[in-house]
Amino acid sequence: MSLEARAVGFRYGSGPWVFRKFDITVGAGEMVGLLGPSGCGKTTLARLLAGHEDPREGRVLFDGAALPRAGYCPVQLVSQHPEHAVNPRWRMRDIMCEGWSMAEDTMEMLSIQPEWLDRYPSELSGGEIQRFCVARTLSPSTRILIADEMTTMLDAITQAQLWRAVRETVDQRGLGVLVVSHERALIDALCDRTVALEAADAPEP
Amino acid sequence: MSDLLEIVDVSVSFTRYEAGLRRQKLEVLSGLSVDVRRGEVLAVIGSSGSGKSLLAHTVLGILPGNADVSGLMLFGGEELTPDRQRQARGREIALVPQAVTFLDPLMRVGPQVRWGAPDNGNGSRTQAQRHVFARYGLTSEVERSFPSQLSGGMLRRVLLSTAVVSGASLIIADEPTPGLHPEAVAETMRHLRELADEGRGVMLITHDIETAIGIADRIAVLYSGTAVEVCPARDFVSDGEALRHPYSHALWRALPGNGFTPMTGAQPSYGDLPNGCLFYPRCDRATRECAEERPALRDVRDGTVRCIHVT
Amino acid sequence: MNGAAPQTHPSAGRVSCSRLALSGRQRTLLTAALAALALGVIVAAGVLLPDTRLATDLGARNQAPSLANPFGTDWLGRDMLTRTARGLTTSLALGMAAASVSALLALALGMAAATLGKAADAAVSWLIDLFLSVPHIVLLILISFAFGGGARGVIIGIVLTHWPALARIIRAEILALRGSEFVRVSRRLGRSNLHIATRHMFPHVFPQFLVGLILLFPHAILHEAAVTFLGFGLPPHEPAVGIILAEAMMHLSTGRWWLALFPGLALLAMVRAFDILGDNTRALLDPRTAHE
Repeated sequence: MSLEARAVGFRYGSGPWVFRKFDITVGAGEMVGLLGPSGCGKTTLARLLAGHEDPREGRVLFDGAALPRAGYCPVQLVSQHPEHAVNPRWRMRDIMCEGWSMAEDTMEMLSIQPEWLDRYPSELSGGEIQRFCVARTLSPSTRILIADEMTTMLDAITQAQLWRAVRETVDQRGLGVLVVSHERALIDALCDRTVALEAADAPEP
Repeated sequence: MSDLLEIVDVSVSFTRYEAGLRRQKLEVLSGLSVDVRRGEVLAVIGSSGSGKSLLAHTVLGILPGNADVSGLMLFGGEELTPDRQRQARGREIALVPQAVTFLDPLMRVGPQVRWGAPDNGNGSRTQAQRHVFARYGLTSEVERSFPSQLSGGMLRRVLLSTAVVSGASLIIADEPTPGLHPEAVAETMRHLRELADEGRGVMLITHDIETAIGIADRIAVLYSGTAVEVCPARDFVSDGEALRHPYSHALWRALPGNGFTPMTGAQPSYGDLPNGCLFYPRCDRATRECAEERPALRDVRDGTVRCIHVT
Repeated sequence: MNGAAPQTHPSAGRVSCSRLALSGRQRTLLTAALAALALGVIVAAGVLLPDTRLATDLGARNQAPSLANPFGTDWLGRDMLTRTARGLTTSLALGMAAASVSALLALALGMAAATLGKAADAAVSWLIDLFLSVPHIVLLILISFAFGGGARGVIIGIVLTHWPALARIIRAEILALRGSEFVRVSRRLGRSNLHIATRHMFPHVFPQFLVGLILLFPHAILHEAAVTFLGFGLPPHEPAVGIILAEAMMHLSTGRWWLALFPGLALLAMVRAFDILGDNTRALLDPRTAHE
């Protein structure tokens, strides 16, 4: 079981290529780092890998087949800005349950406080919401997690808490993780191997 | 004490509506004390929701209408009343905003920056703006450009120019480098350091400890709306034994390079703060006294701390 | 907290001695309730005032306002208060019917533009621009004239001319929602289109729709009155404010000021009441202002 990108490339309209001919594989139970400066297309790549966007060339394959269009996607994405990833008019309980009916130990692992469940996102901090976003994707049906600068906006303690929860899931049931970050220290602390992404054409001016 | 900005026991609460007309008061800053001196960079660090940005908004006087402020703020030895804040905002106290979205996309950047300059007649604004642009290596071509025509790095220098051109003596930078690559962060930090070295005071708000220690003279650690510790930046070294507050220790040890050890639990919710020390529910040194009373501010080894156990 | 520290903000929340110190939300609700009450009174007056007050009474012609006839009487001795109340009730009924249909049309077209693909979007956007480029009142007159005037003509005219602004808002809102991250996440979490439409989109669009609907009423009422006033709307035997005002114009030069003044003011008051109701509803529904 693995996620594979083969010679993927992306550009907006007929603009310059953000990147081209990029290959990456993330297997079960491994944590792979994706390192690169800001503006080189890491976020775009992360979105392609999770099926939020289609590549303009090349293919993204899970277990040798294209990602499913409907139904639960085995590849899930957690992005940098948790506030955008939750419906502001929903209570946290509903947001959390949109993914799966969560086991209590997941909540505990992420230090999600029971009283947060009845709040709205505007009443919680970014770090608190991000715990829900991670919890939502840690369902057993998720085989690969794409973490796009998942803890960049968070303080060190919350960052360590979230990564410990992800790490435990990797060890317990072989979740595969792609850690997208510009921080080498973080990737060094987490990952078994690292891939670098470089901009296709001229780097950002 | 401080000749620039002094914040003494400032509390801020928001009134929120629950179901229907029932109102609840949420204390979001509780008894926060910190000061910024001329010529220094004070870094304010803490998790999201610890009140970092609120502190900036409180100093600038741009809190929403349902906020209620108490405590004492002094700016240049003078009380910072709402009227004084209106007067000082953008002139004596300037904000370096987080994102380039704070620039008007429909206006050339030269005039935008000029607006922030004090008007002494005779084109002094244009002069001031050109002077600052020259300082940051921004050409006259940049002056005539629209924000969308500039690169991220140039835009950050333009943003900085808007604060510098005002001639403000206090600069508040609210997360000026969110998720930027290391070189860009270093450049912004170098500029902020220069401003402090010229005699201004800089309050740098960030969640990134490593960036903060790189340039700050002193660091204020915020937790749940109060400054649990204010100390020299040099105390954040090796295994952190020079730090005072247990939360500062935990923050330091959680860095990927320092063990990556998370502490469990979460910050208390604002509607539901503990009666005693705000940190005691998560603290491994907590005793019964901690649960009963908010610890007073104490001076310990060149810094201040809100914890009764620190020596 | 330091009790001796000076307050840097006057604390509105702590003043509880004054009975007038209403909280923001109480004030908003009270204003909205008063506006709704005013509208209720108009309807009640239109229904409850007896027909006998409308009977021709040539002995009481052209009387200035008095206790018996607060709005005065007209040249046939009919009570102007009763006529105005009836007229406003008619306007209200017509306006609400027309505005509701128009708002539903806006909802349907806005949703179609946002969800049925590029061709549908282009067609609806073109229609919106087309209708917005011609002055409302001209189009309204043409349409109601084409449909033979009368209540039917006015309603169809208002329905067809008032939908574009709201449709544009709804279209933009849905487009933004479709591109929003939480909707994309929901889809990747295996949720169906139906789930996304009912659970994610509807709660966002509904408040917009509701406020848009309330703010359409005064427009529709004013335009109904205007078209009727100009003679392209309701026939003279219907009790309508537009008719009353048109007739009153003929008597203004003779010094019977009350014939135009009170019905005009009443119409303005009703329109304003709807505006206030709409604005306050928006303030309550918008999370950015709901707590202030």
